[in-house]
Formats: sequence, C-alpha cells, structure tokens
Amino acid sequence: MKFKVNGEDVYASTGGRPFDKNKPLIIFVHGSGLTHMTWVLQTRYFAFHGYSVLALDMPGHGLSGGKSLKSIEDMAEWIGKVIDSVGYKEASLVGHSQGCLVTIECTSRYPDKIKTLSLMGGAGAIPMNPELLSLAENNDPKAVDLMMDWAHGPAGHFGGHPVPGLYHINTGTMLAKSRTIQNTLGVDFRACDNYKNGFEAAKKIKCPTLSILATDDKMCPVKEGKKLAALIDGSQVDIIDNCGHMMLLEEADRVLKVLKKFITSNYPPKI
Amino acid sequence: MSDKKKEISPKTYKFDTLSLHAGYQPHKNAGSRQVPIYQTTSYLFDDVDHAAALFNLERGGHIYSRISNPTVGVLEERVASLEGGTAALATSSGMSAIFLTVMTLCEAGDHLVVSSQLYGGTVNLFRLTLPKFGITCTFVKPRDTEGFKKAIKKNTKGIFGELVGNPGNELMNMPDVAKIAHDAGIPLIVDATYQTPYLCKPFEHGADIVIHSLTKWMAGHGSSMAGILVEGGNFDWMQNDKFPTMTTPYEGYHGLSFAEEFGPTAFTMKARAEGMRDFGPCLSPQNAWNVLQGIETLSVRMKKHCSNAEEMVKYLLAHESVAWVSHPSVPDHPDHELAKKLLPNGRGSMIAFGIKGGKDAGVAFINNVKLASHLANVGDTRTLVIHPASGTHSQMDEATLKFAGLSHDMIRLSVGIEDIDDIKNDFEVGFRAARKPRLVSNQ
Repeated sequence: MKFKVNGEDVYASTGGRPFDKNKPLIIFVHGSGLTHMTWVLQTRYFAFHGYSVLALDMPGHGLSGGKSLKSIEDMAEWIGKVIDSVGYKEASLVGHSQGCLVTIECTSRYPDKIKTLSLMGGAGAIPMNPELLSLAENNDPKAVDLMMDWAHGPAGHFGGHPVPGLYHINTGTMLAKSRTIQNTLGVDFRACDNYKNGFEAAKKIKCPTLSILATDDKMCPVKEGKKLAALIDGSQVDIIDNCGHMMLLEEADRVLKVLKKFITSNYPPKI
Repeated sequence: MSDKKKEISPKTYKFDTLSLHAGYQPHKNAGSRQVPIYQTTSYLFDDVDHAAALFNLERGGHIYSRISNPTVGVLEERVASLEGGTAALATSSGMSAIFLTVMTLCEAGDHLVVSSQLYGGTVNLFRLTLPKFGITCTFVKPRDTEGFKKAIKKNTKGIFGELVGNPGNELMNMPDVAKIAHDAGIPLIVDATYQTPYLCKPFEHGADIVIHSLTKWMAGHGSSMAGILVEGGNFDWMQNDKFPTMTTPYEGYHGLSFAEEFGPTAFTMKARAEGMRDFGPCLSPQNAWNVLQGIETLSVRMKKHCSNAEEMVKYLLAHESVAWVSHPSVPDHPDHELAKKLLPNGRGSMIAFGIKGGKDAGVAFINNVKLASHLANVGDTRTLVIHPASGTHSQMDEATLKFAGLSHDMIRLSVGIEDIDDIKNDFEVGFRAARKPRLVSNQ
C-alpha cells in the first residue's frame, strides 16, 4: 500500500492482505540498499495470522518516493512518523542489518510506541570497509557484487533457496541495483558508518528483544551481535549455524519459526 | 616488495564451479555428494498451518511435484546461476517452456512480435496454435531490426526470437532489439538453446527472459527431454499498465500482486504458481538429474563442439560438393561481426550448408552418412544431420519456407564432439553418394 510521510509517497508491502487497523502492527525495516522484498518469507505469514504488516521501502528505495535519508537518527525518526501516519499508537519492529541500527535507535527514542524488537544480523555499530563505501558512493556496481559476496553464506553461494527455482545472489543483486546505487547503497553505507549511538541506544531498550545471528555472517559477526544483545535487558539470542548475513532468506523457515514464537508470545495476534 | 594495496574483489563462484555445484548443498541432503533424485509426487506437511502457509506462498517449500520438486529445483537454480538470472522454472520440454512463458505474459487479445527464423515447432506454435487462444503474432526477419519496431502494436506484450535462428544461422541483433522492446515497455524473450550460457549470456545484452531446450547442448547426451525459462529480474512490470496480471491483485492467491511481492522473481513465481498449477508441464526428477549430469561438463563440451564446428566449416567451404556454408564464424557471413560481439567464447556448433544437386543430392547425402545420425534433434554430443525442408520444417508451405530462409538444398548439421577426422571421413561417403544421381542425370 502507499501512504504519505513528510509529504512523500511511502510504499509498504502488507504481506498480501488488506491493511487492517484493528490488528496489531508489525513493521519490517530492510537493510542497506535493499527493499521490502527481502522480507517476503516472513511478512506473508504474519499478515495471514492475525497481524497487520508493513514491510517498508525506506525513502528513495524500492517503490517509495523521496530521497534516501542520510542518517540512522533520521531514519529512526521517520519510522516513528510511519507509525503515526498509519493511525497506530504502537508497533512491533523487525530490522535487518542497517534496519537493526534504525530500529534500535527508534525503540530507544519511542519506548512507549515499540512493543517488541527483533534484530536480524544486527550489531551496535556497522563500520564500513572504506573501499566498499567508496565504490558505493561512486555508483560502482562492484559495490553490489562485494556486498552480495560478503552478505551470503553457503546457501547464498551454492544455492538451495527455500523458494524453489530462486537463486539468492542474483536476486539480491537485482534488488540492490533496482535504484541508483550511489543514491541508495552509497547513502545507506555512509549512514551506517557515521552512526555511533547504537550501544548507548541499546542500554535504553526495555521492551522484549530478540537477536537472530548467523555463524557465517561476515557483515555483522556473531560476536558483535552478542555484544549488542548483552546490553539489552532480557534479550534473547538465537544463533543459526552454516548461514550468512541474509538469514531472513537463506534460512527463512528457521527465522520465521523463531520470530513467530517471540512475537506471538510478547505481542499476541488478533485472529 | 610492492606496497600497492591489493584491490578487493568478490569471491563468488565462477562459471565452471557453478556448473558443478550451484543449487545444491550436500549437508542438507544426508551428505550425499551427488544430487539425490527425489522420485516422489508429494511432500509431508508438518501440520495444517504449514500446509496452508505453503499453498499461500507464505513460506518456501514443496507441495506437489507438478509445481516443484527438490531435484528439479537444483537444476533450476543451477541454470539461473549460469545465466545470471534471478530465478528459473524447468519444464518438460523446450516447447512447454515457450508455451508457459507466453501464457504467463499474455491474455487473449494480446500480440507478440516474433522472429521468423525459428525451430519449426515454435513457428507452428506462434502461427497456428496461439491464435486459437486469441494471441496473435507478427513475424519479422531476424536481421530486420527496424521491422521489429514497426511491428509493435498497442496490444503487443513482448518480442520473441532465437539469437541464432534455426536453421539458417541468421543472428538477431539482440542489444538493438532489446532497446526497441524496452522503449515500448515490453520484454525481450530469447530462446538461447543454440548458445547455452557458456557461449552467450543474453541478460548481459538486454534480454529479459531466456528460454532453453535443455534437451540439447545443456544436457548433451540426447537422453532426456527438458526445458527451462529463466528470468533476468531487470524488467519493470509496473512501468505501464500492459501487464495487469503481474501488477494487480490476483484472485488465485488471495489478491497477491506478483510484481509487488516478488519483484525481480515475479515472472517465474507467476509462471510456477499459475502456469504449473493450471497447465502442468512439469519436468520429471529423473530427467532433471540426467540434465544435471550434462551441465557438469558444459564448458568442456562446448569448447570441443565449437572447435570441431570451425574445422567442419573450413572443410565444407573447401569442398567441391558444397554450394554454400552458413556459420557465424565464416568471415563473409552477414552477422560475423555481431557474432564476435555476442558469442565471444565460440560461434556455436550449428552449421547450415547447401549441397550441390539440390534436394535429391541432400536426400542421398543424408541416406548415406553412417557416423552422423539422421534425426530431429540438435546439440547432442554425437554429430547429427537433417534435411529441414523434408524434416523439422516439413509442415511449412513453400511461402513460409522461403520467409523462414529455408531452401531445398539445405542440410542442417549439428557438429558433435567425435574425432574431427572421423566426421570428415563420414561426410566424404555422403558427398560421394550425393554426386552419383547428378552424374547419372548428366549422361
């Protein structure tokens, strides 16, 4: 569906169901340079099981209008406005990679609005490789190739997509190249590199929090994810073996199972 | 010691490695090094919720082997990886891949622009069968690039062609035709059976959907029928209102919009969810496995196919019984330069040549070669020959034959990977027999 935030069009997938304001809201926030489509193997399930779902395209990404936001803090503020714009007072947040920084910051700013926080491939800080950052800011497609290499574990590199016939790396590449690289990936990488408040923000989080980490994650290694989780009171951690940073696709069923248990027990659906 | 910093580069697997490994992880299959053949029709659900989630595309997985199968899935991912595609859907034959592509793309009342130089079965599909479904076509000669543009109508939903036409070896200028298609907001669909991804990756030249008859070079062994459609993931289905079944809520899946939900894999998802569900031209797991065995050696075989083909081109050009030779490696072939650009790893192993003495000489040649097999296939590891006007394209009338660039003296040769001297020796026997009727008639 489309709606407006700050006067700009926002696109969000509702998981294939009409948006229903009577159901609890889950907001999914994608990683650097990507789109709502990375969440397709989680969103449809929740949308058909008692939740209203918004898998967002961040400003300037995917099917959303506007320009990419330049800081994690701006993105966190924007998520707060999304919740207001669709007529809700509260929501559950799910973030991946950069989306984790955004949702951590948002949850620390709006403790009353955010009911649960789920982090996938998250860390308290995501400093960028300078060469990768430079390539992305200079619109070099090699930035996407490198990101796809580092972001995928064995499933991504060999294959074995949970959806028959889909090939991980090429699909991710097309998503990341769907808009101008320097305007999406370049801006996002710079925002990640600049963001220094992750660990402080994490200390302020009081809502139930889940971290899903993967042993073969080169972008946000397990030790970084654990370091972040240790700062959040009562945070749950689930570690997936033999999986890379794109766990939401590489091990979609496992992620859904853990996410389902966590969200339904802390933020029940309305069936 | 140099202090130059080493440039970082992606370590994703390359073509020969993907040919052997893509789409499969042994540790998820009891450690089996070889891809298992999942010879089953159906798959257990964990519970009712799991079943509902699979039927509703909420989760990935298998339901029924008409829709998907784990062995077939490995083949699909492998071909998608080799082509540089986002997704693929394997079918029971190359023809069913074409049919499924058209039925996923078009509705009754739609129109396609189609290259005139195609496999005979494909011509019949577009000329005779699709009109029964309300889908009409305009044929354009492959070299008539502007003709493709002129043939586009308001209801045109795509351009279809073989990169190197069957059997005359005329090339379609893929980059230019792709631009024409994209300027009109429609996709370019390329049947790249003759090339395999080893010789050409059509997505790099603007194609949006690639089709293969896997029966041919991809498998190589001539044992199994199979086809596949591969999606490039770059075509924007939402750029106009030409593709409502891709972009508007689909009743068959609770109002799902394929383009919004699946983006770069939307076409394949729809082809599977709707096409395989409703038409059902599924590939058997045994045949998928057979094709996988061939793909493991694709690059090795294609090198030999191409080197043998170039040797045969030289031999035929110099032969007294040969009137003409068409192969993109021949310097005076009209598409020689284009072929160098689009087919950098080799120009393929299909040769068309004219035999002096016309149809009678052609028949005598075909009837007397022993090593070369006379049959209706191409891309086997063994050398194959056929006389198209009396075989693969025999259902065409004279006018259609002429428009498709076929002559009665044409022999279609699919060069195998046997010892090149043995192929030449066999052809000598055929040419000797072909000369005899003419000697008799000259007396």
